Amino acid sequence: MHVDLATVRRIARLARIKVTEDEAKGLEKELSGILNWVEQLDEVDTDGVEPMTRVVAQDMKKRADIVTDGEMAAAITANAPMSDDNFFVVPSVME
Amino acid sequence: MTDLTKLTLAQARDGLKAKTFTATELTQAHLKAIEAGNAALNAYVLVTADHALAQAAVSDKRIASGQARDLEGLPLGNKDLFCTKGIRTTACSKILGDFKPEYESTVGANLWNAGAVMLGKLNNDEFAMGSSNETSAFGNVVNPWRRIGADGKALPDKLVPGGSSGGSSAAVAGGLCLAATATDTGGSIRQPAALTGTVGIKPTYGRCSRWGIVAFASSLDQAGPIAKTVRDTAIMLKSMAGHDPKDTTSVDAPVPDYEAMLSKGVKGLRVGVPKEYRVDGMSKEIEALWQQGINWLKAAGATIHDISLPHTKYALPAYYIVAPAECSSNLARYDGVRYGLRVPGKDLIETYENTRAAGFGKEVRKRILIGTYVLSAGYYDAYYLKAQKVRTLIKQDFDNAFRDVDVVLTPTTPSPAFALGEKTGDPLAMYLEDIFTVTVNMAGLPGLSVPAGLSSQGTPLGLQMIGKPFDEGTLLRAAQAIEDAAGRFTAPQAWWMADTASSSPTAAPVTPAPKAKPKKK
Repeated sequence: MHVDLATVRRIARLARIKVTEDEAKGLEKELSGILNWVEQLDEVDTDGVEPMTRVVAQDMKKRADIVTDGEMAAAITANAPMSDDNFFVVPSVME
Repeated sequence: MTDLTKLTLAQARDGLKAKTFTATELTQAHLKAIEAGNAALNAYVLVTADHALAQAAVSDKRIASGQARDLEGLPLGNKDLFCTKGIRTTACSKILGDFKPEYESTVGANLWNAGAVMLGKLNNDEFAMGSSNETSAFGNVVNPWRRIGADGKALPDKLVPGGSSGGSSAAVAGGLCLAATATDTGGSIRQPAALTGTVGIKPTYGRCSRWGIVAFASSLDQAGPIAKTVRDTAIMLKSMAGHDPKDTTSVDAPVPDYEAMLSKGVKGLRVGVPKEYRVDGMSKEIEALWQQGINWLKAAGATIHDISLPHTKYALPAYYIVAPAECSSNLARYDGVRYGLRVPGKDLIETYENTRAAGFGKEVRKRILIGTYVLSAGYYDAYYLKAQKVRTLIKQDFDNAFRDVDVVLTPTTPSPAFALGEKTGDPLAMYLEDIFTVTVNMAGLPGLSVPAGLSSQGTPLGLQMIGKPFDEGTLLRAAQAIEDAAGRFTAPQAWWMADTASSSPTAAPVTPAPKAKPKKK
């Protein structure tokens, strides 16, 4: 599968990673190479095969719906590049 | 006093019990070794000397009062993928910056609660993505092993220690810790172990908790130890494994005493040899090693069976859809808001884009983009769903084979340690390093690598064994049979130690096996 420059830019946008024009050209080649290579999976007949969602058969564990943790806003914001009064500070999202 | 860093974990445990030396002396010996040897290997990205000595002091008190726990006073290295409370954890990426977790990983806590001492954080490929430890933000790790030239002298080329757990494997092989934690998503414990003459086990998915480990691919990641011997590996795994209510994928099953199971031997063990692992262009010495392993197991009482795992060759391409897809999801959290690096932009989106462009290395970025693509609208069915279906078929291959055999024996890697820079030009060449190991993660099975021989240039080669779910005990006793026959392999000259007195050549690289010598082919 060949990914063109426009696709590279679109994926970079989706992934929220800034990519320069030069980098995009390089990625076009690299990503196309890898995607071409994985296409060999088309050789495999997977009709009627369930996708593997669980490695070992197991019921999803549940726990009682009670509060057992929390009340640690200071710890949660301790590593933030920018925080104020236990809020994470970010650039404005309002138009 | 003998060089304490040359002891195995089990020997050190005995020495502490017999009060031959103290936990503080043992830790100090390793800290000294790190001081002398880490510059050349770059195995540690952070040395936690005060922390280690404080832990060792506690251990000495407990040993003195007869309250020693399973790993009391034993100094370990901790891969920088494991969150350590109050101690910088980076996943060897710029994007985590100076992140100091407010919690300890469950596997880490298990080890410290068993009395182990943490010497520091070990280097790895950025976010565990790599097979050579050449993508770390802290620089490459160097393999303590070097190739031997025709004149019998070591060649100067720096070799890779494997990846992603290159710091772990180099530190263990280089005597900079008694054992190390590591993680394995596509081979990142087994391949570095094979390239450094150490033992590494990736347990069954769900055997160890993933809580507090920086996530790469959540359906593939698994923590495990790298150690000097099979016994050491068994000792480490017993303390690392166990159910964790904080990780719903961890399995609520008792952890056996793996060490006690080692002496059971392999009489009557059925060993499967899959024909599909004999790939085109496989080197003669890897083929010979594989045959050697077969002969050793036969001599120890096992029976050998040809098996077929028909979908083997599709595991690697399927992995390079599933793993990037899951990584693109797991690494979405690195956005410069709650922790780590922030590179401001004109608005929030540009802040995300700048931060992630500056913070992620090239390989990580590539895999995130592949993952984003295969999960995007219109492509999800063709790629991700298809790969997950192929995964079911790969697992079925093993389920079928395990009706007739108990373990599967293969080489661990297609070749011994290569030189730094040798494979970085071609991504597919690097990905092929994992060709024998990824099937195991895709199927969720346990797999280990045990040193089995040296290449024609004197570098380590390993054999891989793959087991049934939660049958690590059988894997370990089969590995013990190989180790009994092959002996141990230690780098002949400690060239990485800055102190010349300790870099004088030691005895022959192979510790002679107590039983019959391996037959020459």
